[in-house]
Amino acid sequence: MLAQTLGPLEIIIVVVYLLAIAYLGWLGFRRTKTASDYLVAGRKTHPFVMALSYGATFISTSAIVGFGGVAGMFGMSLLWLTFLNIFVGIFIAFVFLGGPTRRMGHHLDAHTFPELLGRRYRSKFIQMFAGLVIFLFIPLYSAAVLIGGCAFIAQQFGIHYNVALLVFSVIIAAYVVVGGLKGVMYTDALQGSIMFIGMIVLLIYTYVLVGGVTGGHEKLAALGADQPNLFSKIGFQGWAAMPAFGFGDAEGAADPKSYYDLWWIVISTITLGVGIGVLAQPQLVVRFMTVRSRKELNRAVLVGGVFILIMTGVAFTVGSLSNVYFMETETVTGTLLREADGKVIVKRQRNINAAKDPDNPDVVALPARLLYLDVNGDETADVHLIASAPGKLQAIMPKAVITPTGYQVGDTVTVQPRASAYMRALVPRGKDTVECMTSRIIPTYIGSAMPKWFGLVFLLTLLAAAMSTLSSQFHALGTAIGRDVFEQATGRREASIGVTRIGILVGIVIAVLISYMNPGGGFIIARATAIFFGLCASAFLPAFLGGLLFRRVTKAGAIASMIVGFLVTAFWLLLVKDAEAAALGLVFKVTGGKPSILADHATWHVVDPIIVALPASLIVMIVVSLLTKPPAAEHVERCFGRKK
Amino acid sequence: MLGIEDKYVLAAYLLCIGSAALCVIYGAINWNRGEEPVEPDDVRWAEEEKKVEEEL
Repeated sequence: MLAQTLGPLEIIIVVVYLLAIAYLGWLGFRRTKTASDYLVAGRKTHPFVMALSYGATFISTSAIVGFGGVAGMFGMSLLWLTFLNIFVGIFIAFVFLGGPTRRMGHHLDAHTFPELLGRRYRSKFIQMFAGLVIFLFIPLYSAAVLIGGCAFIAQQFGIHYNVALLVFSVIIAAYVVVGGLKGVMYTDALQGSIMFIGMIVLLIYTYVLVGGVTGGHEKLAALGADQPNLFSKIGFQGWAAMPAFGFGDAEGAADPKSYYDLWWIVISTITLGVGIGVLAQPQLVVRFMTVRSRKELNRAVLVGGVFILIMTGVAFTVGSLSNVYFMETETVTGTLLREADGKVIVKRQRNINAAKDPDNPDVVALPARLLYLDVNGDETADVHLIASAPGKLQAIMPKAVITPTGYQVGDTVTVQPRASAYMRALVPRGKDTVECMTSRIIPTYIGSAMPKWFGLVFLLTLLAAAMSTLSSQFHALGTAIGRDVFEQATGRREASIGVTRIGILVGIVIAVLISYMNPGGGFIIARATAIFFGLCASAFLPAFLGGLLFRRVTKAGAIASMIVGFLVTAFWLLLVKDAEAAALGLVFKVTGGKPSILADHATWHVVDPIIVALPASLIVMIVVSLLTKPPAAEHVERCFGRKK
Repeated sequence: MLGIEDKYVLAAYLLCIGSAALCVIYGAINWNRGEEPVEPDDVRWAEEEKKVEEEL
């Protein structure tokens, strides 16, 4: 099937690309072009190379396909995350943290993020604790990256998600084995360049398609006013508007307890969780140590700011605008293979404008008339759905137009679905059942709206984005378990290398297993990313910033802060935040069947742990540091260098 | 402005572009600033880092 949808030219281009990456990786291997080689040789890294390499590590398929899909579902309010990505993730990180991280890392001879923390505070426990948290939770983020890539491959080539996962995992594993782990700067920079070009083309093409910048936005705003929408109960007010803001019961709303949910999902989980968490991402922090001087960081700010704008800014804008395309422009022509009454699963366990499925109460589903259309002539069906009872099911496709009107099975028909992006991102789930998949929004849009050659460019873009991020994640994961946990615990340096390698292997397997079990339903990609970023922020950020910028922060303060940040986050995810708590299951035993211990109170159950855990962790660090003896003067001097 | 009526979404849209512009301006102004001499610590670090990478 793969060969059927892919022409020989396309296969050749993908193979050539993979060979080029392998060659560059091999060059790096042979000619030692890693960042530290530059440093050893006392030479400079080109600022574009440094920034693109950082950007390619930072931005993954999770950001483009996962969060882009969430923008397709919830709209342009997600641009707040892009703002934080640029302002916090690039500007603040490079201007205020890059230099101190580099200096302290070099003074203390630290080579991993946990090692930096451990040596700053002279604590084996800190290093091992941080290493363990990274080892245990980074596979969640890796899985988010894998799911994003597979969702696109599955859509683009019309293959099953599991086949895509297998192919993708093999490519990634091969890349990692061939030497991608070394973080070869030029490979990453090539990946970054491909991502940059792919996203620019996507942006320009999309704005042209929807009628220009202002025109497109106006159309998007007008569509949002077309209520009721599937998400209006949780505060959705249109794709070009913020969700309704407030806390607690919303008086006068159809569902007062849920009306402010969406705002808290978009702002607390997606924007703050990810936007702030980036500062304590282990695989990004170590990048700062590999630069030669502040000058390179200054120069990288220029490239990095533009790069991130073009990555997440474009993904979120295009995701939102895809609604204009799907509602106004899209037509699908194909042979009608079958027509049947079925249902569409729209969202699991969320209070939206749809009834629970009587056969499966965990699922919210809508009855629908399904049309099975063969679009590409391979005699298998691509599913498109039509509302069975216009007027009742405004949320599906009430305005769909099918021509010719007197069609029969076997005829060639043209359908104008006129549905939202979310309603067009479908995956079959058993007989006459389909499920809306947020992660399919961007792939569906590209498959339907963009020219075929672009699908290939975008595939390379995503492969690039996934490879560069995954290799750095696995690097962080391997060194966390080998160098930070095993070596600290046993003191055996030689054996730790083997543990690192096994750790990487285990990490890859776990990430693939998580991806296998979560094929992109709901907004799993964004959520898994947010959990990891949020956890890093709450557990590591105060200790990292405090240790980096303030001499007075003590070992006891850092340990207390890390433990409190971790425990509060764990408590919140296990018992309070309903989506995660329900997935983990413990909460049902505690509450006797409710998805949150605060399920009866409005809003609290959608508040992200970072809102509670980060301030708690910060306050604990300050208080405990003030109550304990300041660190020894000579050690502080070693960390920070001599006072000027 | 730009067809976006909601002022908070418009603010986010403009802040994205504005913060990228800030990065460009900052980078351009400081393009040649921040040169630091390579100290023994830096070289030692880089050599150790190379070893760590090679072992992997």
